[in-house]
Amino acid sequence: MTNSKRALISFSIMALMLIMVGYGQSWNVALAIFNLCLISAVMSMGLNMQWGYAGLFNAGVMASTAIGGLTAVLISYSPVSKAWSVGGSSLSAALVSLLLTIIASVVIWKKIPKSSKRTWSMTAVLLLGYGFIRFFYEQGTYAIEAVDPAKTGFLGGLGLPILFSWLAGGVAAAGLAWLIGRIALGLRSDYFAIATLGISEIMISILKNEDWLSRGVKNVTGLKRPVPYEVDLQQTEWFINLVNWFYGTADDGSALSADVMREALQLSAGVFVKLCYSVLFVAVVLIILGFATRALNSPWGRMMRAIRDNETAASAMGKDITSRHRQVFIIGSAVIGISGAMLTTLDGQFTPGSYIPLRFTFLIWVMVIIGGSGNNLGSIIGAFITWFVWIEAEPASLWLLSNLDLFLDETSPLKLHLQDVAPHMRMVLMGLILVLVLRFSPKGILPEKAPDHY
Amino acid sequence: MDYSTDLLNALVLITNYVLIPSISYGSQLALGAVGVTLVFGILRFANFAHGEVMSFGTMATIFITWWFQSMGISMGALPTALLALPFAILITALLVVAIDKSIFSFYRINKSRPVTFVVASVGVMFMLNGLVRILIGTDEIIFRDGQKFLIKAGAFKKMTGLSEGLALKQTQVLTFVLAVIAVLALLWFLQRTRTGKAMRAFSDNEDLALLSGINPERVVLVTWIIAASLATLAGVLYGLDKSFKPLVYFHLLLPIFAAAIVGGIGQPLGAILGGYVVAFSEISATYAFKKFIKYIYPGDFVPEGMLQFLTTEYKFAVSFLILVLVLLVRPTGILRGKVL
Repeated sequence: MTNSKRALISFSIMALMLIMVGYGQSWNVALAIFNLCLISAVMSMGLNMQWGYAGLFNAGVMASTAIGGLTAVLISYSPVSKAWSVGGSSLSAALVSLLLTIIASVVIWKKIPKSSKRTWSMTAVLLLGYGFIRFFYEQGTYAIEAVDPAKTGFLGGLGLPILFSWLAGGVAAAGLAWLIGRIALGLRSDYFAIATLGISEIMISILKNEDWLSRGVKNVTGLKRPVPYEVDLQQTEWFINLVNWFYGTADDGSALSADVMREALQLSAGVFVKLCYSVLFVAVVLIILGFATRALNSPWGRMMRAIRDNETAASAMGKDITSRHRQVFIIGSAVIGISGAMLTTLDGQFTPGSYIPLRFTFLIWVMVIIGGSGNNLGSIIGAFITWFVWIEAEPASLWLLSNLDLFLDETSPLKLHLQDVAPHMRMVLMGLILVLVLRFSPKGILPEKAPDHY
Repeated sequence: MDYSTDLLNALVLITNYVLIPSISYGSQLALGAVGVTLVFGILRFANFAHGEVMSFGTMATIFITWWFQSMGISMGALPTALLALPFAILITALLVVAIDKSIFSFYRINKSRPVTFVVASVGVMFMLNGLVRILIGTDEIIFRDGQKFLIKAGAFKKMTGLSEGLALKQTQVLTFVLAVIAVLALLWFLQRTRTGKAMRAFSDNEDLALLSGINPERVVLVTWIIAASLATLAGVLYGLDKSFKPLVYFHLLLPIFAAAIVGGIGQPLGAILGGYVVAFSEISATYAFKKFIKYIYPGDFVPEGMLQFLTTEYKFAVSFLILVLVLLVRPTGILRGKVL
């Protein structure tokens, strides 16, 4: 079977599954799954660039997602002017001391030849710098966090439309990736994985504890939306007319009762808002897919694959392995950063506590592997299937359980326990799928195309 | 109060809050890191599922402990979990060997790249994580019984007349003693027995070992059994010392990896050293030295800040910083493990 046929079949099956959820559960659920599938698709395309194109084992996907989410807050939240006035100057002073320390240590490192003199002056500069930074930083954060802690207690953002943050999130994630790459690239693949995993954990603990930045575990809620609100929609005339037109009249031709109408209106408002998000997300997915496919088929993509398949040979051909790795690592992380901003936009809130590596790093890995590493369409279908299973595993196992009535009493402790733990079935399922795909179909659902230009 | 009492107080303070916790936490990390390092040395991949193996072993111990307790079996002052431990080790070892036979052995036969093993271990991690959650749930479980303290802070104060107390939990002593026994047994096994020597030879040079007629499957089998046993022991000791929570064990993976790499990957002794280095740095970097300085400084000087280098939430950052520092300065680790 050719790849395009496989793609067509797998996407049709996926669409059918979503439609079944729409009819079986509700269209709101189906669209909610669809939207997160789209966001996951962006994530897995980003990881696919790193792993599928270039063979980088990035176990720090979560770091890019989280910084994308942070950017969404910092771009869209309106600035808290009081916090700026009480703590802004101290925080700026801390930043200036940080920059001065870095510049001073770099100058010492470059100008003074290796000697005990260099070691001592370096230590002195670092200690002094640490003292200053700590002093200003504590003064500033203390003042900021005291500003109306129940509501704000942080600096706020720029107050721009949240859609800007999708771009800015990508840029921020790229910056972070550059920094991570400076530290971790060039290590052996396992070490690189461990290093990136560590950096992503640190990133999350920073977000959880730096209250002045994004309120830490107190979360930032009520982010502005790029799409209308359900409550407003239900008051808007054109929307009411649309719903009227769509639902029309009852079967016998009479007008629908007010209660039925209100319910239909509520339901449609939810569906409409989710559809608006879907349109935005589909646009992002298509744009990234377009760029990714072009990049993969260009000489640049061939070079990346060559580096992945045989580093020594590629290096002998004059390719700079480390800087190419850094390049693709930054681009991939930027794409993941965009998805992080999209996710926070969809949620309307930023909750650092919800970032856990199983969900935000390793699940994305499952998506890429089962979709087919190195194939962009594969990453998308992988994301769809994985997210679908991840969400639907719980209702499916509960449904299975309810059909076990035959030999399990309703009140039996075993059954109650099984009901409690049904949500965790998805972990087992994910692991099982990953291991099975890796064993029996290591190229994934849509295998990487063998290039015809060789 | 005279200065010598102050110094004694400072010593007790640092022992109570830094030294004793570091030693027991370090022993737990060391046991975990030895397993990671052995798997790396023999099978040549970083096993991401190791934290979950620890979690599974601890869960098995808890179930057997509950069973024993329900039958009224206990060990008096010692925790019942110790009695359950051998059975749990057996179960965990069987499980890990079964995982190896069904999942990892395929890639070994096909001579897959190490990174394929790592991805497979991620799959195993997911499955074990789900399995543990399904079997025991996600709640925090305290399964310690028997005597809690060997020395209580209040009693110590009364006994010595110092103003600082020293508390010594039974689990801390148990951790250290059991870790020392396990490590000595392992070193004896690796240095003195035929299988141990075969393992070291295999780790050092696979081809030469195969040429000398060493059975690779046997070496791998023994490695998994040892790794599983140490992981169970580490997990149970950690759980006894603090509490059992499935999510926490995943987060132990990072300091354990850090310990293995810092000590020199593939080197059991290095992993032990690394465990203590990581634990000691984690705890002392997040300890507030204000009181300590107050005691140790002659005169009435009281430092203004807490003198805490990092807040406790940044524990992970410490193990990671050490990891990065070692990778940059001495990539082979303290005891020269495998070259990158």
